[in-house]
Order: sequence, then C-alpha cells, then structure tokens
Amino acid sequence: MWANHRLLLPVFLLMLVVFVSCIALSTRASIETADKGSAADPKLADGLAAWEQVYSVLTSPRCINCHTATTYPQQGDDRHRHFANVIRGPAGKGVPGLNCVSCHQSENADSTGVPGGSNWHLAPLSMRWQDTNDRPLSSGAVCRALVDRSRNNGLNASGLLKHHEEEPLVLWAWNPGRRPDGTMRTLPPLTHAEFIAATRTWVDAGTPCPRAR
Amino acid sequence: MATYQLNVNGQSRQVNVDPSTPLLWVLREELKMTGTKYGCGISACGACTVHVDGIATRSCVVPVSLVGDRPIVTIEGIGTDAVGRVVQEAWIEKDVVQCGYCQSGQIMSAVALLKATPKPTDMNIEESMGGNLCRCATYVRIREAIKSAAEQMK
Repeated sequence: MWANHRLLLPVFLLMLVVFVSCIALSTRASIETADKGSAADPKLADGLAAWEQVYSVLTSPRCINCHTATTYPQQGDDRHRHFANVIRGPAGKGVPGLNCVSCHQSENADSTGVPGGSNWHLAPLSMRWQDTNDRPLSSGAVCRALVDRSRNNGLNASGLLKHHEEEPLVLWAWNPGRRPDGTMRTLPPLTHAEFIAATRTWVDAGTPCPRAR
Repeated sequence: MATYQLNVNGQSRQVNVDPSTPLLWVLREELKMTGTKYGCGISACGACTVHVDGIATRSCVVPVSLVGDRPIVTIEGIGTDAVGRVVQEAWIEKDVVQCGYCQSGQIMSAVALLKATPKPTDMNIEESMGGNLCRCATYVRIREAIKSAAEQMK
C-alpha cells in the first residue's frame, strides 16, 4: 500500500510536466500560425508595404512641416523652425497681426519665394506626426493617428483616399513653387499618382498599421 | 506688364505693372504712398505691413497679381478707422516712436490685433507683435500704447 503511494507522486509530476508542455507548445503554435497568417496574406502584406510608401510621403518636409506637435510650423528641407516668430495660434492659422495668410496667399508667389495655397494653415495637433522635439513619429504611430476618426476629422478609409486625392494643401506638395533663391522646392519621394495608388492599395487592404510602436 | 484696379484706402487706383511686382513697390513707386516701409524684403521684419481685406499682410512678399479686388488699407488710411485712430492717438500719447522707420508696420499690426482681440493680454501682444521688429527697441512703449488704446476702446 505504502509502496503504491510512493509511486503516485512521480507519476503525477510526470503527467503535470507533459500537460504543461502540451499547453505551451499549443499556445506557441497558435501564435506562429497567426503571424504566418498575417505575413502570408498577400493583400495585408501589400497593404502594409503600400502604407510604408504613404508614410514616406507624409514624413517628407513638404507634408510634415505643417504637422508639428509644437506651437510653430517648420520650413525648409531641414525642417527648421519657421522664421519671424510665427506661431500656431488657436486655430492653426497664426494670430491677429501674424496670420499664416499675412504672407501665404492663395497660390505660390514665385517672384518672392513664398509658397501659397488655398486656406494655408497648420494641421491640428490631433494630426501631429512629430514629437515635441520635432522628430517624426514611427510608421505605426502615424498610421494609427491617420485612421483614428476621433483625431482625423472623422474621415473613414475612403475619406482618407479622397483627402489625398483632392485636398488643395495636399496637392500643393507636388506644386510647391520656388524658394526665395529661385530654385524649385524639393518634391515628396513619390509622384502624386504613385501616392494615390499606394493609398488606394492600403485602403483596399483595410488600412493596416505596422504593429511596432 | 498688366493693368490692375486696386482698392486702396477706399479709392480705386489703376496701375500698370509686372504681375510679379510686390504690393509694397506698387504702393511706394507707382502710387507714391511712402508711409509703408521697405525693411527686409523677406517678410521677416514687419515694416511693410498693410491690411488686405482686414488681414495684416506683409506687402513686400505679396505679388500684386494675387491681391485681386480685396481692399487694401495702408498707414495713410488707417486713421479713418475708429480703432486705427485710437491706436495712433495712443502712439502719440505714449511717445512710442524713436527713429520711426518700423512704426507704420507696428501700428498696422497693432490695429489688426485690437480689432480681433479688444482686450489683449501681454501674451496676446507678444504673439501678435512678435513679427514686427524695432531696432530702436521701443517694444515697452509699444506694449503700453496698445494697452492704452485698448482702454480707450472700452
């Protein structure tokens, strides 16, 4: 009787180890399946790749200079602070006496080197794509900001596509005019057609965002 | 060259200039209204400030072709405006001016501030007037004059 009891404990421990191992292997297998499933889904993979193209445009100076997290816009390819003590103001349009439109007219002024477009203004702080040290946010963080309807002025996926297709200040990035020295401003890394194609692919894939923060 | 019909201080004025000519040079050279000053030429100092459709505007960087039919008010015309008159009187009362070169731009910006913000705080004044430079450093008197004008407007 006592001998049987002495055998019971090792048998129980062995069964416990086998059970725990099975659970662990099962869990790991399901995680790997999910990851492989994500990577293996061509539409999702295409969507994520397209997003990275969109991100390359959004973080180019022509776009991100007005998507700051600070009280001021930026200017130039080196994204330096806007000169003349220009500040954001309560509506992103400067302050009385020093509004954006005090200089920026409805179109580019190539003779004086001042860029212009319809309703020149900063993006709202909810659509900031930089941190307060003027560093661009990660791809995932910008993506999540873009698809968050509480932050993006209520745009759904098709609204985002339309915004990229038609918004005058978005279109301005591909017609940025001349610098004061007469040279042309640098364009975003994609053409507008490529940017729209990438946005459409991303939207069709369900606007996936990279997991990394 | 092109012909433009401008509304300046309530008067219709016709000019025949190159479309790329900055509004400042149209005012000074074509219309001989030299109250508006050339300072930096790159919108960095505010000496050239006029009002275009009520917005304080840096006339040195705005091509005349982009003005359209929007009314222009310059330092020569701001005294006919109620707020403009009060601001000019406050400038005299506080003896703001030293050399005076930047002061037409300072007054135009101050009027724009007070029209939008009749009771400006120190922060409002600093933010709105931050783009108007004064090499004589009359900033303290400018602030006093704006506050005095705000008091007069009550």
